[in-house]
Amino acid sequence: MYLGRVLGTVVCERKYEGLEGARFLVVQPLTHDQKPAGPVEVAVDTVSARRGDLVYLVGSREAALALDPTFVPVDAAIVGHVDAVDA
Amino acid sequence: MILCKVLGTVTATAAHAAFKGRRLMVVQPLDEQQKPLGRSFLAVDNVASAGPGDTVLVLREGNGVRQLLKDKTLPIRSLIVGVVDAVDA
Repeated sequence: MYLGRVLGTVVCERKYEGLEGARFLVVQPLTHDQKPAGPVEVAVDTVSARRGDLVYLVGSREAALALDPTFVPVDAAIVGHVDAVDA
Repeated sequence: MILCKVLGTVTATAAHAAFKGRRLMVVQPLDEQQKPLGRSFLAVDNVASAGPGDTVLVLREGNGVRQLLKDKTLPIRSLIVGVVDAVDA
């Protein structure tokens, strides 16, 4: 899992079966000191995050498990809205 | 599994149900000299006693995590599975 900053939204009308209603956001992955960690990615949102929010994500197979149905083509999911990082 | 140092905690009131009631920690991977190597990431603490400064053993494999936590649909990928007392390498 890793931290990220929401940069904006992605609108995608035609998408794979099972992803109806899914919300996609553009996210910059971050290190614990909130410095960019690698390229920007698109993640599915499960916590109603908004632009500018600090969130945490889960990647790979586990990203799809955050959704219902779980057998969907997703490799990054926002699973938490961060209040504070004490590190 | 890899050796990591615990840097601190992450608090999040709004989170996916799978993360409710779990301790989420920031961990920094270490090399064999126990120096930082690569980027920090987040791991759920399953030993419930890891704190900042501790060296821990981190499992980074979702299927292993789901077996340990006995839930076949958990969207959790990294888990602290031990607090390290000593490394002789």
